[in-house]
Amino acid sequence: MKENWTEVINPKRSIFDINFKEIWKYRDLIMLFVRRDFVSVYKQTVLGPLWLFIQPLFTTLTFFFVFNKIAKIPTDNIDPILFYLSGITLWNYFSDCFSKTSNTFVANAGIFGKVYFPRLATPISIVISNLIKLGIQIMLFVAIMLYQIMFNNVQININSHIFILPFLILLMAVMGLGLGIIFSALTTKYRDLSFLLTFGIQLLMYATPIIYPLSFTSGKLHSLISMNPLTPIMESFRYAFFGIGSFDWSGLAVTSVFSFSVLFLGIIIFNQVEKSFMDTV
Amino acid sequence: MEVIKVENLYKQYRLGQISTGSIAHDLNRWWHTVRGKEDPYEKVTGLNNRESSGSNNYVWALQDINFSVNQGEVLGIIGRNGAGKSTLLKILSKVTSPTKGSIKVNGRIASLLEVGTGFHPELTGRENIFLNGAILGMSKSEIRSKFDEIVAFSGVEKYIDTPVKRYSSGMYVRLAFAVAAHLEPEILIVDEVLAVGDAEFQKKCLGKMKDVSEQGRTVLFVSHNLVAVKSLCKQGILMERGSISFIGSAEETVEHYMKANAEQLNTFVSYDTRSNAPGNECIKINKIEVNPSNPFITDEIKIHFSFWNLTDDPSIFLAFDLIDLHEEVVFGSGFSFETGLDNLCHGTCIIPSDLMNDGVYSLQLYFNSSDMRLLLNIPSKIFFEVADKERNYAYFGKINGVVRPKLKWNVG
Repeated sequence: MKENWTEVINPKRSIFDINFKEIWKYRDLIMLFVRRDFVSVYKQTVLGPLWLFIQPLFTTLTFFFVFNKIAKIPTDNIDPILFYLSGITLWNYFSDCFSKTSNTFVANAGIFGKVYFPRLATPISIVISNLIKLGIQIMLFVAIMLYQIMFNNVQININSHIFILPFLILLMAVMGLGLGIIFSALTTKYRDLSFLLTFGIQLLMYATPIIYPLSFTSGKLHSLISMNPLTPIMESFRYAFFGIGSFDWSGLAVTSVFSFSVLFLGIIIFNQVEKSFMDTV
Repeated sequence: MEVIKVENLYKQYRLGQISTGSIAHDLNRWWHTVRGKEDPYEKVTGLNNRESSGSNNYVWALQDINFSVNQGEVLGIIGRNGAGKSTLLKILSKVTSPTKGSIKVNGRIASLLEVGTGFHPELTGRENIFLNGAILGMSKSEIRSKFDEIVAFSGVEKYIDTPVKRYSSGMYVRLAFAVAAHLEPEILIVDEVLAVGDAEFQKKCLGKMKDVSEQGRTVLFVSHNLVAVKSLCKQGILMERGSISFIGSAEETVEHYMKANAEQLNTFVSYDTRSNAPGNECIKINKIEVNPSNPFITDEIKIHFSFWNLTDDPSIFLAFDLIDLHEEVVFGSGFSFETGLDNLCHGTCIIPSDLMNDGVYSLQLYFNSSDMRLLLNIPSKIFFEVADKERNYAYFGKINGVVRPKLKWNVG
């Protein structure tokens, strides 16, 4: 008898048996998830998507007063408003990708328990919907920058490094997604990690040059912060706009290797967990 | 042609809570697998039996399941609660994975485990049709081509651009089902949760099942509604405590199920001597018998009592409460017996046909003297089941009510 099954359900799949074809087949679902996330968040709010602008602006102002005016941390001769806004914009993207994908299984247990679709569709859609948000916030950043140039006589120095901007964003997405799905897989059975995560991300923010430039640090601290894979992304981003700060390809290369390794590892773990997480979640 | 082939399927579940204790088990299990040894907890896994608590924390929810389904077959899977039906469905619909064994599938499976999965309350009906359709595995263009049909089927055209949180629950379910009904899978899995909707909705579901099977698609129908299984399915599988106890035609499977159930029931108790008979110094029970032992709702049910009257009162008033599984008294009835002293008394109560609802019942007995002094109040060991009968209309769910009398209706 000929055996041509379209699908075989087995207890365990091999480590590298990742069905990318299936994920591609479900691309419509991913885009609908993106749409759902985007549309549903701002329903029944008066200001709607304006909140996308208000959040980073308020954080920038807070940082400006606390860290610049009170703590007097220098911003490397970059206009402090633009300095903080650039940091926050980029950081928000990373932390949103990371924290929102990290509870994929727990948050979607209801859907996942009823119907099958490739589970990776959910974290991928989160990364994409945050990408749209990031795009809008980068436009805000550019708008504020133009305002500062025209009305406050702020000098900036946009250079050719601006072309690696998409690559920087890709690295953030890859790293955030990778770390997020690793955590999502680890927290299905033991929730302890999710407590760690909330303040871990906060801690990570202070270990990344967002409210201070890398040049502000020195000695052991400097080498420690340079080891943070997010540091080269932050520094390169600011260098591309302001021509100030450090830019080195080797740092970015290390970050790239790190990001893609994390994503690779994450997909493997996620893939193993997704088959039976319903029994333990 | 076989479209589903289940081979040596096992599913193990861990009982109890996940806490620091389970981490030790996980580590132990991991250490065994690293060394290429067998899972240490597989051997100690108990049978799936909810009544008795095993000594260990692992149970087989499914054990050695083997069956295959041919294309176009409508297969009914029946069994009591906890027999493993839902676990089997979950594995078939890939929500969870088996512990051992495999399932081979040919074609797209869609399961109506619960309609409306993934509906977002803030989105409009239109948006939810697309979202839900995509979750169920349809592409955007597929949904677009069927969109008008879906909306028409659901009957909510007017509200299609309103967020579904404003919908009545009926509209919500109708819209959700409309999406699922237009999936056109090769294999459709229907769970009994569908059977709890209102009659019209159920009719639609079952009608859809019929359509699907008539188009040569395969349907798996999971239920403990025997009547629905009998009239909709050709093949049947009976599951008991996580394994398959019978495979055959739907008719035979239902019979097996009822027989297995009847073994749990007790329609006859009898005691030869007074000394071992239940009772007290006034009354001893000799025999209670329910006849027929497997009555249908359309049957007249005779309950025969005989007891020893040990008092010097020649007149004994015997009454019973008929109690259903929810411990609800359905009704009580009594009769005064004129008996000789120290004699065996016999009596039969006849419950008319078309009065009882389907279900399992027990009896509580009361014996009173002629001046209505309570002599004995005792639960009988009788458990009997009244079974539903095929109907000639399309609703197969349980009819509401403690009793289900056949009433006279006049036209006009």
